[in-house]
Amino acid sequence: MVLNLQSIHKSYLTNEGRVPVLNDVSLTLLEGETIALRGESGSGKSTLLHIAGALELPDEGSVEIGGKELSKMDDTGRAAVRRKDIAIIFQQYNLIPSLNVAANINFQANLSGPIDKMKVTKIVSALGLSGQMGKYPEALSGGQQQRVAIARALVAEPKLLLADEPTGNLDEQSAKSVLEQMLKLVAETKTALMIVTHSRDVAARMDKQLKLLGGRLR
Amino acid sequence: MIVSCLFTLLSHWYKNPLQIFAYLSGVTLATALWSGVQAINLEAKVSYKAAAQTLGEGQYDLIRPKQDEIISLADYVKLRKSGWLVSPVVDGSLDNVRLLGMDPLTLPSSFLFANANLNNSIGDNSLFETLITNKNTAKKFTTNVKFLFDQNVAPDMAVGDISLVQKLLNKDNINYLIVNPIQPLEQKELKEIAPHLTINNIEQMTDISQLTDSFHLNLSAFGLLSFAVGLFIVHSTIGLAFEQRRAMMRSMRSMGVSLRTLIISVTTEMMFLAMIGAVFGIVLGYLVAGLLLPDVAATLRGLYGANISGTLQLRPDWWLSGLVVAVLGTGLAISSQIWQITKLPILASAKPRAWMVVGTSHFTLQIKVSVIFLILGAICTIMFDGLIAGFALLGALLIAAAVALPAFLAWCLRRLQKYSNTPLWNWFWADTRQQLPGLSLALMALLLAVSANIGVSTMVSSFRLTFVSFLDQRLAPELFLQVTNKAQSYDLSTFLSERGIEFLPLMSTETVISKQPVELFGIKIGDTYRENWRFLDALENPWDTVHLGKAIIVNEQFARRTNLWVGDQVSINPNFWLPIAAIVGDYGNPKGQVIVNEKLFGNLYPQLYPARFGIRTDNPAELQAQIINKIGIDKNSIIDQKSLKSFSMEVFERTFLVTSALNILTLGVASFAILMSLLTLADRRIPQLSPVWALGLTRSQIGKLELFRAVLLALFVVVFSIPTGLVLAWVLLNVINVKAFGWQLPMFLFPIEYLKLGLYAVCAAFLSATWPSLRLIKTPPSDLLKVFASER
Repeated sequence: MVLNLQSIHKSYLTNEGRVPVLNDVSLTLLEGETIALRGESGSGKSTLLHIAGALELPDEGSVEIGGKELSKMDDTGRAAVRRKDIAIIFQQYNLIPSLNVAANINFQANLSGPIDKMKVTKIVSALGLSGQMGKYPEALSGGQQQRVAIARALVAEPKLLLADEPTGNLDEQSAKSVLEQMLKLVAETKTALMIVTHSRDVAARMDKQLKLLGGRLR
Repeated sequence: MIVSCLFTLLSHWYKNPLQIFAYLSGVTLATALWSGVQAINLEAKVSYKAAAQTLGEGQYDLIRPKQDEIISLADYVKLRKSGWLVSPVVDGSLDNVRLLGMDPLTLPSSFLFANANLNNSIGDNSLFETLITNKNTAKKFTTNVKFLFDQNVAPDMAVGDISLVQKLLNKDNINYLIVNPIQPLEQKELKEIAPHLTINNIEQMTDISQLTDSFHLNLSAFGLLSFAVGLFIVHSTIGLAFEQRRAMMRSMRSMGVSLRTLIISVTTEMMFLAMIGAVFGIVLGYLVAGLLLPDVAATLRGLYGANISGTLQLRPDWWLSGLVVAVLGTGLAISSQIWQITKLPILASAKPRAWMVVGTSHFTLQIKVSVIFLILGAICTIMFDGLIAGFALLGALLIAAAVALPAFLAWCLRRLQKYSNTPLWNWFWADTRQQLPGLSLALMALLLAVSANIGVSTMVSSFRLTFVSFLDQRLAPELFLQVTNKAQSYDLSTFLSERGIEFLPLMSTETVISKQPVELFGIKIGDTYRENWRFLDALENPWDTVHLGKAIIVNEQFARRTNLWVGDQVSINPNFWLPIAAIVGDYGNPKGQVIVNEKLFGNLYPQLYPARFGIRTDNPAELQAQIINKIGIDKNSIIDQKSLKSFSMEVFERTFLVTSALNILTLGVASFAILMSLLTLADRRIPQLSPVWALGLTRSQIGKLELFRAVLLALFVVVFSIPTGLVLAWVLLNVINVKAFGWQLPMFLFPIEYLKLGLYAVCAAFLSATWPSLRLIKTPPSDLLKVFASER
């Protein structure tokens, strides 16, 4: 099992007091499995994604990634899990503006050691980025930047790929193309994928669809 | 992993070359001025130490001849035979080098330097033909003599065996005798063996390094101020770089970089860059010190009679201190950013926070911090004594003013916004307030520089006015001369008396009164003294009581050091006490002085005679010629009032030459801080200015407004600097000067000077803002449009 979330509770402190976001959420994800997570704005989709991505800890419940329980780890341990087992694609791409495309793609993989150049070439080529490697993010269109973010995530060879509205900022044509390429590469590498989306079309392409409502999964 | 992180962090600078230039130049300038000053101080201190070691000054009692007497070889032999363990020294000058002849066989064993070198020379069998000196001094010799080089010998000095030095100087007698600290238990009194000789105890001698401490502390304070101003640039650049890299750091964290690794990487990166800046700074500091050293050497020679080397050496003590201070300063500057990283949530918004408008509560906090510093400064002054406490007060005042500045500016801008009646000006004032956090560090640097300039220039100009008035009082006679023997003194007195010319004979000796080494003067009280001297404090008819031998006059330095004031009794010798009739301001030297009438002085020191004279005359040139012809006084021993005054003023001006140079450098660094802040902020201005451009303002109008903003803020800073600078001047005159030199000076105001300085500061801000404004004016519309395309 790649991801195992059990009885997750999470709430945030606001001016109005403590607001519950996730309430007893449990979820598992197997190797190569794809899941779409849907829900209204503010339903807790991103929070669940962040907890699955070891970016946040739940108030209660257990998070296991690749059999490792996160709540028992310190910051360094969780960082190691993020580095080796997880990759996240953000809606805002989160590329490093001072690095060119090649350095951005290699960055996460480099953190764990030497990179497989053949694999990088294959992924870059599959995403149509071969001619863009020397460019800086500011010179790329939104679709191109998102492809770089996907390439960066896949080059790191994660067990779990998390994507937060990866096509939310793209036009219809670009969104379709980016999604196609991402799913193709995920299938080839048997990476588990959890995608947060508002789009029914995107969700329909996944193995499973889950909906968050009132802090619970339906 | 750290290498990957470092590479990524460093890539930011590659994309922002101006920022790395600002950062490196900030560290460079801060280190340069600090290490330059330290290099000067160290060079001077090494020279003092070398002189003390070479001469044995301050280590041994010395036997010297009384006025007009000599120490002959027979005297020396007599003393040795009577059990006095003394060692002869011959002192003279050859080819502008001070020559010291010593006898290695009789030198005290603890006189390490001379013993080591002279004894080594004995081993070489070259003792009688070799002078020990440093390489630079050796170059000055035109006389044919062998040298043994030793860099520890003080500059412009050479040491050799007594026989060699006597031969070179062509003299037979001995200048003084070093008294071995270990003496036989029983020995005859000196006055019984050689009544024409006198013993100078260690405590009677002036320690040159102690005398000059205050001068070097002043230099260090300026170095520190310049360092602080440079550090503002560093702090400002680091702050901006961290803000711009906030998103990058979040991305790195989300991809698995642990907090620890991130902190290590950021610290390594900043320290590595700081080291590069520090190395540049040390090189620049070396050049600055090399340029300033001749003036400092002249000042120390003129003011304290201290000889220091005119050439600078690359000593590890100062360049290492420069490196350490640069690293510590940068460490201090990045510590708050590191703290922010530890608190940085991985999922926080990527929006910059530090440069947005800060709320009123932030300004209230700044005012509170400012008040705390003022209180700390006051506590420091009340609780502790000494120069360090004085400088702590100065530091606290400057920091308090700097911290309060943004709150003051925000208040002014709020008032202006309130009274603006057009949308454009309303936007302008609001926008200016928004820029305050980004510019505040540079404006603080400008405040420090301008305040320091106002404070120091007020102090120097007040000092100058007081000094000129002091010279007018003290140098009332039209002619001054010095005689070389008793006969000349008598002849001169007779010559002048016969012609009815008023003259002021002056007798003096060095002694110890109230445990202080002082110069005791015996004067002939007459109209010149009564009409010209102004006292700081006096009893009724002070001249009359001093004339009757019933009181003394002391200088301010003596009064402060002994805490003896008008009316207090002073022990002139163990059984003789006199009250202080008056305290006189004395700005010519840092030593204590006691003045008695000539009769009393004659009773105390019957063997002494007047060696210096002041003469009142309407025709100094003619009288000077007559004295040279009739008395045979050397023309170099006579100086007229005008020449003496101009020489004194030259010494005065030279003393503050280095201070002025450091003042200008500090102002330059502050202007550079503004330039760097404006340039580094320029890119961030585009998203803020694009909407205004889109609403109808031209790029040229926006650029001019940017220029106006910089000038306006500088003007506000100048206004704030004036009271700050005046408080600074007050502290310098009433606290620092008193502690450092022992005198308090009246404070005068110089509004025209402040106006000029304000104009310079505003011009500096204008010039600093010109380039960023021009860049803004030339920004292509496509760049401004990108903001709306959300592609930035």
